[in-house]
Amino acid sequence: MANSSVSKPKTVEVRNSTTTQPMTTMSVLAPALGWLIPGAGHLIQKRWIRGLLLMFSITTMFFLGLAMQGRVYRPNGGDILDILGFVGDLGAGGLYIVTRVMDWGQGAIAHATADYGTKFIIVAGLLNFISVADAYHIAIGKKP
Amino acid sequence: MIMAQMILAQTTLELSHFTAALLFSLFASIVFGITQRNDAREQIRYGLYCFAMFVGGVFAAGWVMWLLRR
Repeated sequence: MANSSVSKPKTVEVRNSTTTQPMTTMSVLAPALGWLIPGAGHLIQKRWIRGLLLMFSITTMFFLGLAMQGRVYRPNGGDILDILGFVGDLGAGGLYIVTRVMDWGQGAIAHATADYGTKFIIVAGLLNFISVADAYHIAIGKKP
Repeated sequence: MIMAQMILAQTTLELSHFTAALLFSLFASIVFGITQRNDAREQIRYGLYCFAMFVGGVFAAGWVMWLLRR
């Protein structure tokens, strides 16, 4: 049985999904400041409670990691896992810079908790990346 | 800053695995709650949900390891 139906050209509604957000000073400043000082990207936009909670959580997690003798990764680790660890650590922004300048985070592996500490430091950095993205979304009006 | 350096150099915080997991869950849940939901009430609910899932996951993993060890 021959298929006599003629396929009609489907009309495809093409929407312009690449609507560009207007570049404002805040949309640049908030993420940059939020990366440098965890929670500051929210504080500068007058999201006081959110900013303070983010600052408290990320900073406390980072310093708990250091207090547990966690290791802070260097950029020239060589090993791929070390590079990933460095990317995670780098998320903490200013905290990472201060730690490197003060030469903290040498990571004495004599303690079992040192490994937890290393993970705390990495996760604090990764959580700050999420916080930075959130500050950007607030700045462009995507989030209240 | 120097004070902080002295404290960090002299102190080694030795937490149990469970305490470390609880602290991890608490801080991660706060950040998830704030960043993943829009309205304040939803943020609290989602934060509590994440915390419960983290802690529940710790207990579930603990029981799985106990069963594997037998």
